[in-house]
Amino acid sequence: MPLLTVDELTVTFGGRGRKDVRAVNGVSFTVDQGQVVGLVGESGCGKSVTSLALMGLLPAKGVTLGGRADFDGTDLLTLSPRRMRDMRGRDLAMIFQDPLSSLNPVVPVGVQVTEILQRHRGLKGEAARKEAAHLLDRVGIPDPNRRLKEFPHQLSGGMRQRALIAMAVACAPRLLIADEPTTALDVTIQAQILELLKELVDQEGTALLMITHDLGVVAGLCDQVNVLYAGKVVESAARRELFAHPTHPYTHGLLGSIPRLDAPRGEPLHPIRGSINDQIAWADGCAFAPRCDRYEMDCLTGTPALTEPRAAGHQARCVNPVLATTEVPA
Amino acid sequence: MSLLELDGVKVHFPVRKGVLFDRTVGHVYAVDGISLSVEAGQTYGLVGESGCGKTTLGRAVLRLVDVTDGSVVLDGTDVAKLSEKELRSFRRRLQMVFQDPLGSLNPRQNIESILSEGMAAHGIGANQEERREKIKEILAKVGLPTNALSRYPHEFSGGQRQRIGIARALVLEPDVIICDEPVSALDVSIQAQVINLLEELQESMGLTYLVIAHDLAVVRHISDVIGVMYLGSLVEEAPSDALYAEPMHPYTKALMSAVPVPDPEVEERRERILLHGDLPSPANPPAGCRFHTRCPWAQATRCATERPQLTDLGGGHKVACHFAREIADGTIVRAGDEPAASAAPADTAPADTAADAPAEIPAQATGERAETDRAEDAAPAEAKADGAEAPEAKADGAESDGAEADEAEDAAPADTAPAVAEADSAEADVVKADDAPKA
Repeated sequence: MPLLTVDELTVTFGGRGRKDVRAVNGVSFTVDQGQVVGLVGESGCGKSVTSLALMGLLPAKGVTLGGRADFDGTDLLTLSPRRMRDMRGRDLAMIFQDPLSSLNPVVPVGVQVTEILQRHRGLKGEAARKEAAHLLDRVGIPDPNRRLKEFPHQLSGGMRQRALIAMAVACAPRLLIADEPTTALDVTIQAQILELLKELVDQEGTALLMITHDLGVVAGLCDQVNVLYAGKVVESAARRELFAHPTHPYTHGLLGSIPRLDAPRGEPLHPIRGSINDQIAWADGCAFAPRCDRYEMDCLTGTPALTEPRAAGHQARCVNPVLATTEVPA
Repeated sequence: MSLLELDGVKVHFPVRKGVLFDRTVGHVYAVDGISLSVEAGQTYGLVGESGCGKTTLGRAVLRLVDVTDGSVVLDGTDVAKLSEKELRSFRRRLQMVFQDPLGSLNPRQNIESILSEGMAAHGIGANQEERREKIKEILAKVGLPTNALSRYPHEFSGGQRQRIGIARALVLEPDVIICDEPVSALDVSIQAQVINLLEELQESMGLTYLVIAHDLAVVRHISDVIGVMYLGSLVEEAPSDALYAEPMHPYTKALMSAVPVPDPEVEERRERILLHGDLPSPANPPAGCRFHTRCPWAQATRCATERPQLTDLGGGHKVACHFAREIADGTIVRAGDEPAASAAPADTAPADTAADAPAEIPAQATGERAETDRAEDAAPAEAKADGAEAPEAKADGAESDGAEADEAEDAAPADTAPAVAEADSAEADVVKADDAPKA
C-alpha cells in the first residue's frame, strides 16, 4: 500500500471571463514509504501545480480540482482547510525553490523555525528554542544559536535552503515535497543540499517527492521517475530503466538535448524542435505530436494510453515508442 | 596576436558609507587581475559560480563598467583608454547577448525597430529599405520567420526571444560577441536549439565568442578554451578537452565533481568532492590563495600567505595553484583521505577537517565562519583552540614539526585586519563576524 496515491489529478484554472486552462490533466503516480520519486518536466508541464495541489496551497477561487490524492487513507484534495492546516507541516512538508522569498524577511529565522514546533509539537519557550537549534545543527548550519537570531538576508543562499529544510523536517513528516530545491543554487552548493536530502531520506525513512527539470539531479537521487509533458505523465519507470531505455520520444529527446560533461566533445546536441507552445489538446491526440520526429497519423486519434511497450513497470504514453536501444534522436 | 587580449584587468567597486561625507570604506574586488586572450574564430568559455566576477568581466570588456586597472585590447585598440566618443562607434565591434531574453528587449519596440536601431546609429545601410533587407537575411540565419519584423517581443517564446537577441548582435557584424549566460533562462530542449544555433553561426560566419556561463557542461560543449574563475581571478585555463580530462586546480576538481550527469551509472560511481561553506565575499577576499579557505588540499605552507600565479604546466594548461603538480602526482592528498606512504604526516589537517570534528567547538565555530566571509578570523581562534586542547601542540609548533600549530602561526600574520589578529578571544571574533554583513 503506497503512502501517497495520486489518481487522475486535474487542476483547472478558470474564471475572470477567460478560457479555462487545464494545467494538470490527469496525473497519476504513487509514492511509497521511504521512496524518492521524481516528477520531471520543463516549465509549463504542470509539475509545480501538482505539488501545490497536494499541499492544498492553490487558491480556493477560480481553481477546480479533480481526481484523488490518497495520503494514507485521506483524500488531500477534499480536506477542509482546517484539517489541511493540521496535516501541513506535520505529515506533509514542502521545500520551495527560492529560499529567500519563502522566508519572511522581517522575522528572525529562529521565530520562523519555532513557529512550526509550537503549532504542531506544542513546544514552548526554551524547549522550542533548543529544538530549533538542534534542527539547524542537524541540517549542517554552523553556530545555530547565533543563526536563530539572524534575519534571512544575513544567511547565504545555501544556508537559507538548509533553514527551509530544517523547517520542513521539524515534525518528521512522512512525505516531503521538494519543488526545485536546488535550482537557485550554485552547483557546489547544490551538491551539498542533495547530499543532505539523501541523508535525511536514508536516516528517517521519509518519502520524498522531488520536482525538478534537471535530469542530472534525478539520475543521482530518485528511485522512480515520472516524466510530465503538458499536464500528463508521458513516461514512468525506475531510474536505471528510464535512463538506459528512454521509451517516450519526449524523454528520449530531453536526454539528447543535454550537453553532458562526460560525453565526447564536438558531437552536436539533438534538440527537440519547436517549443511547448506547439501542442495540441490531449483529447485530440498526443500533445507532443507537433514536436515529435516519430509522429504518425495514429498519434492524432485521441489520447494515447499508458502502456508497457518495453518492460513490466516501465510505462509510456506513446503510439510509436522508441524501442531500439541504439536509436539516435534525430 | 590574438583578436581580443585582456591584460591584468581589475574592476574594483568602491564601498561608500556616510551621508554627509561620502567616504570610501573599502572595495569590492569583483575582478582582480585577469589576463586572457581570445583567438579569432574561437570560443572562449568563462565559468564560475555566482559572485565570482564573470559577468563584471564581460561588462568590463564592453566597458559597460570602467576598468580600474589593466588593458582590454581588441585588434590593437585598447578599449579601456578610448574616449566616450570613440567608444560609441567602437562598440559596434563588440556586441553582447544577454541572459534574460525578455528583459533585454524593449517591449514597446517591434523587432524591425529593435534590430535597425543599432544599424542606423552605426551608419550601416543607406536607408531603412537596405537595413530591412539585411535584417531579413539575419533573421533567416537565426531561424526566425520574416513576418517577425512587425511583431513585438511578447509575441515570441523564450527561445525565439534569445534568437532575436543574437540577431541584434549579428546585424552590426561585430568582431567579438560576448554571450552572458545565453541559455540559462531557457528550458533544456530549447537550450540545445540555441547552443546549436550559436555553433552553426560560428561555423558559417567565422564568429568569435566569449561565453560566460555557470553551467560547466554547456561551456565545455561550445568552447575551445575554458577559463575557470573563482573570486575575481582565473584559477585554471586550458583547452576544453584537457580541462575535462584532467582538471588540475582543486576548485575545478570540486566544481566538476558537483555537476550532475544524467546517467545513474555515472552518478553512482563518481566521487563527489564536497566543498564546505560558501564563496567568501569579494569585498574581503582571503589573503594568499583565494581558495585556500575551502580547499580540501590546502597546505600549511604558502597557501594562506602567497597568492599563486597562473602558470603553464604544458600544453596550454595553466593553473594557479602552488601544489598542482603534487596533487596530480598524488603526493599531497585530500583532507580526510589516507595519506600515501611517503606523504606528509596525518596531522596536516587543514581547517576543513577541524570544522568536521564536533568535539572541537571553538575550531568548529571558526571553520564555518568562512561562510560569513571572514575566513581570516579562523587563524587566531584556531591558534586558541590548539592551545586550549593540547598545550604540547604549541610546544611542537615552536619546534616546527606540529603541522597544525604551524598552519595557525603561518596564517595569523597574513591577516588583513590587524584588529582581528589582535583579538585572541573567540567572542571578539564573533562580534567582528556579526559586523561583516552590515558593512
